[in-house]
Amino acid sequence: MTETLSNAKIVLHGRAIVGGIVEGEALVTKEAISGWGGIDPRTGTVIETRHELRGQSFKDKVLVFPGAKGSSGWSHYFHLARLSSAAPKAMLYTKTNTKMALGAVVTHAPAVTDFDRDPLDIIETGDWVKVDGDTGIVEITKRNAR
Amino acid sequence: MSVKLTDHEKALADGVHGKAKQKAMDLLIRYADALGAERFCETNNVAGVWTVSNPILRDYTRNGMDAVFSEFNLDSREVVETPHTEAYSCQLIQGVDPASPEMREATGDAADLQKAGEAYFGKRGVAMFSTCTPYQVGNVPVMGEHCAWMESSAVVYCNSVLGARTNTEGRESTGAASITKRIPYWGYHIPENRRGTHLVEVDVDTDDIMDWGMLGYWLGWEVEEDIPVLNGKLISPSMIKLKHFGAAAASSGGVEMYHVPGTTPEARSVEDAFSGNRIRKTLRYGATERRKTYEDLNSTAKDSAVDFVMLGCPHNSIEQMSRVARVLDGRKVSASSALWVFTPRAIKDVSDRNGFTEIIEKAGGRVYVDTCPAISRQMPKGTKVTAVDSAKQAHYLPAITGAQCWFGTVEDCVDAAVTGQWKGGLR
Repeated sequence: MTETLSNAKIVLHGRAIVGGIVEGEALVTKEAISGWGGIDPRTGTVIETRHELRGQSFKDKVLVFPGAKGSSGWSHYFHLARLSSAAPKAMLYTKTNTKMALGAVVTHAPAVTDFDRDPLDIIETGDWVKVDGDTGIVEITKRNAR
Repeated sequence: MSVKLTDHEKALADGVHGKAKQKAMDLLIRYADALGAERFCETNNVAGVWTVSNPILRDYTRNGMDAVFSEFNLDSREVVETPHTEAYSCQLIQGVDPASPEMREATGDAADLQKAGEAYFGKRGVAMFSTCTPYQVGNVPVMGEHCAWMESSAVVYCNSVLGARTNTEGRESTGAASITKRIPYWGYHIPENRRGTHLVEVDVDTDDIMDWGMLGYWLGWEVEEDIPVLNGKLISPSMIKLKHFGAAAASSGGVEMYHVPGTTPEARSVEDAFSGNRIRKTLRYGATERRKTYEDLNSTAKDSAVDFVMLGCPHNSIEQMSRVARVLDGRKVSASSALWVFTPRAIKDVSDRNGFTEIIEKAGGRVYVDTCPAISRQMPKGTKVTAVDSAKQAHYLPAITGAQCWFGTVEDCVDAAVTGQWKGGLR
């Protein structure tokens, strides 16, 4: 991200999936995430053997990722993470499949998809992100501007 | 809400048919809107998960099975009474084999919880097949049938090999579908979405289930969720080969549908498999790809001393039980190792009658039902190094348990159990 953009807020518009307004620090991955067999729902830690986020937790983070892959236990594991208070604070994803849609719905955290620009190109881990799950508007403050 | 409802669906959503069905419809509407589905379709074939054995869920069982059903099958905080199913529904793989002394000891009351769930939900219409392979024990949907199935390996089999139509559903959507007979009309329910996208030229002979597993595992990484059409050196495709292939492709990627022209029902030819779709990409699977996949699947393995050999992911067919018994007959599992073989309960009954179970047990192995090590998280105490014949299990087991994992043929795995040493390799 260039210096000129870094001081201003970047605004993305997407399709609102789960309502609510939250803000928090972004955790970004360009790799899809597995639920069952891919995360520990008690801590929100990614456990997949060769995943770039292995060992990192999405608990209380704004998780920015392409979407869900792997087992059909995806929604159940994110559901469990929510009940263990280890779910992401919000989820921004770019590819809808049934695992992702159902998972977002049962996680109850504000969720947005189908953006006007690719959030994976714009948001970096550590950026501050405000997510409005009612309108689909996402505001990003770059880490180096904070 | 943007999904269109029929009069009956409106009545369900308004609570005319009871609180549970109202909650079910509420979840299905939220889910359909998240997908962007325009409507629902009717389903009379649901494969999901009702019972409880995971320790994280134990707290909910204290408030009764209705509390479990409400939270985990309907996403409802309010506890509602579990009605009888409306759709034909079956229970998939569970958390523990209650007949296993090791698992009973290690999991406390999990077996009792599971049995209580079987009794409660069984009485309400859920067929207790208790396997990841319902298509092996009697749930064989017909071509074009709308289904709502969980279990990625069963979903890909249902779509590709049987020609029935399902997306990869979850615990909540299958729970809701079982009492409403509704599922979003989206994805693989729509005929146009079932056509091939990628052509895969298989340049190496693919015959043994180990090779089908590797092909599937490689392909999942390559195509992710797209629809591959396989062409080339595929030797005698069969139920068990396609079972291993699909399970692997669904684990590394998210493949829910593929075509093998001449074998699978929606592809009489390569041309038919694409049905006018442009071939987005042609991929080649040759010796280099095969070797790389073998190395990936064995990337967690370092020590040659094998503590634990697991066979039966997805659950073994009777043909596979026969193969294990034949390879093992007259040999003994090493004192430093263990061999557990997993199969559906209904197939174990046949295996018992055939004498396969006795051969495996006489050799010091065990035959288990209802679960698998990745689901139950149960392995022999102190296991550090495992060996499996399944690419799917090799993908998940090291991640879930932290153990090393070797991947090879059934024969390599049985030899490892007998000698306590891994001597497998790519041949």
